[in-house]
Amino acid sequence: MPFSVELREKINQIISKSETRQSALIPTLHAVQREYGWLPNECMSEVAEILDIPPASVQNVATFYTMFFTKPVGKHVIWLCRTLSCALRGAEHVEHYLSEKLGIHTGETTTDGKITLLEAECLASCGTAPAMLVDDELYENLTRKKIDELIEKLKKD
Amino acid sequence: MPEMRIIRTYVDKPNSESIESYTASGGYTALPRALKMGPLEIIDEVKKSGLRGRGGAGFPTGIKWSFVQRDSKQPIYLCCNADESEPGSFKDREIIERDPHQMLEGIVIGCYAINSHKCYIYIRGEMPKGARILERAIRESYEKGFLGKNILGSGFNLDVVLFVGAGAYICGEETALLESIEGKNGEPRPRPPFPAQVGLFGCPTIVNNVETLTCVPHIINRGAEWFASIGTPKNTGTKIYGLSGSINKPGLYELPLGISLRELIYEYGEGIRNGKEVKAISPGGGSAAVLTAEEINIPMDFDSLARAGSMLGTAGVTVIDDATCMVRVAQNLAHFYRDESCGQCVQCREGTWWLEKMLTRIEEGMGRMEYIDTLIDACFQMKGTTICALADGCAMPVESIVKKFRHEFEEHIKLGKCPFGNKYMGIWDGSD
Ligand SMILES: Cc1cc2nc3c(=O)[nH]c(=O)nc-3n(C[C@H](O)[C@H](O)[C@H](O)COP(=O)(O)O)c2cc1C
Ligand code: SF4
Ligand code: FES
Repeated sequence: MPFSVELREKINQIISKSETRQSALIPTLHAVQREYGWLPNECMSEVAEILDIPPASVQNVATFYTMFFTKPVGKHVIWLCRTLSCALRGAEHVEHYLSEKLGIHTGETTTDGKITLLEAECLASCGTAPAMLVDDELYENLTRKKIDELIEKLKKD
Repeated sequence: MPEMRIIRTYVDKPNSESIESYTASGGYTALPRALKMGPLEIIDEVKKSGLRGRGGAGFPTGIKWSFVQRDSKQPIYLCCNADESEPGSFKDREIIERDPHQMLEGIVIGCYAINSHKCYIYIRGEMPKGARILERAIRESYEKGFLGKNILGSGFNLDVVLFVGAGAYICGEETALLESIEGKNGEPRPRPPFPAQVGLFGCPTIVNNVETLTCVPHIINRGAEWFASIGTPKNTGTKIYGLSGSINKPGLYELPLGISLRELIYEYGEGIRNGKEVKAISPGGGSAAVLTAEEINIPMDFDSLARAGSMLGTAGVTVIDDATCMVRVAQNLAHFYRDESCGQCVQCREGTWWLEKMLTRIEEGMGRMEYIDTLIDACFQMKGTTICALADGCAMPVESIVKKFRHEFEEHIKLGKCPFGNKYMGIWDGSD
């Protein structure tokens, strides 16, 4: 599946601003993932071809960084922080609550394909713990009500 | 006592992130002054101010800047480290989201001083809001002529590029950050050569933290002497302390370097929540050795904490109450470093894995007495032997917890279970 004209255009722009072809890789992977939701193998091969870098190097980088998905994920991704400051303010309780509510364990996706629950490390929101990043928005000082409302919204979307 | 706000002055003001707000409150007045002073005088002023890096190591900024060969034939780069991922640290995110122009002004002055015409801001992938705000701030700054060609008619050109990471704590380490911008895995480089000689794309490069660069416009505007008069003689200026964990009023507090940990916790943080007492404090981000309640009078500055065998680091203070199991704390931190190790060095890759495994065994009641000394020994082996300081950052807190709270480890082993008996760590009542 060849990339759309818009995506090709976007990648060309990234290349034109980059010092080297390799250094265009991470911004390009971001752009591709934004379009597809994750990074299927065919997309990574196409990135390698466009940037003229070894396919293995694309695979290698895509698997090194946790925010690049080399397997499909739900339409929405919840990154729940598990690190110390959040843990002290109940991240494990939140994880249990979320997991019961969604009917999945951390690392899994709901059967309707809507939501993936993942573990995050410190999100730089320790002062407003417990915290989680949901797609592009941060949710802080988590309460049951906040979580209920959010899940309701994500399920409808 | 109110805070001593210099950097945080406008963070509560609506729209403080806009360029209008920044210029209306005296922003971008240090830049024309700096352009008149000239590069060497700027570096001298920063040296005299005593400013030390806010990214963790506390290296004097002016001295770092003077390491760059200014007449290099190659381009010179400045990288602003906005990867903030250290457990307990959340100060840079506020600057980025609430007052990004302050940081951009510091970047322009810094680049002018080291003769750099291109700056990368490396922001972590988990800060999408910060990235949106910075993108807008950069655009505004170009439009007003604070970035781009012939800045304020000085003949000085500068481009600023925002680079968005993709989830890897290690990319905050300065050489891993450079690898990541080059499109590779964030695997730290052996030093020497140092980035000031061979950095980004093989060119001379300076890496500075967000808060460090944000101090610069204030030093230019109000003078090195003023800055140096705040704090203690070798630890000058204010510092943004982050308070989190079992505390009544978590949050950011800007105060002079050298304030006591007790004052920070009890006056500003208003003590421990749920009527509990302090048991331990992680004073400088997850990588710092923990302190006990008896060490609470320590001044919060680089040198005092180093003398106490810990570090100021990012000044992200995590307070741990006496209802918390310290084996669990050590396990939580070891998990972080195991997760985040880039895997290049055996001592780090295997060490972090092994520490987490042993700590989990003890926590689950399957420990043996000889594990305790083996843990201490393993931490010792991890320190100072690896390419970067991540391994030390795991060993230091774990070792200090095992040594200072040895009785808790012994109790777990004797009882064959965790004496605290909580299924989940911490307290969450979950109500609004
Ligand atoms: C594992 C590791 C992670 C780090 N993460 C950060 C970070 O997120 N932000 C930061 O500014 N410095 C971080 N540092 C420190 C940087 O390597 C570097 O010293 C710093 O950015 C220099 O800036 P400064 O001199 O202004 O403090 C990290 C260091 C290590 C070893
Ligand atoms: S110490 Fe750990 S994180 Fe640092 S380079 Fe070695 S393996 Fe990588
Ligand atoms: S520990 Fe969760 S945001 Fe820092």
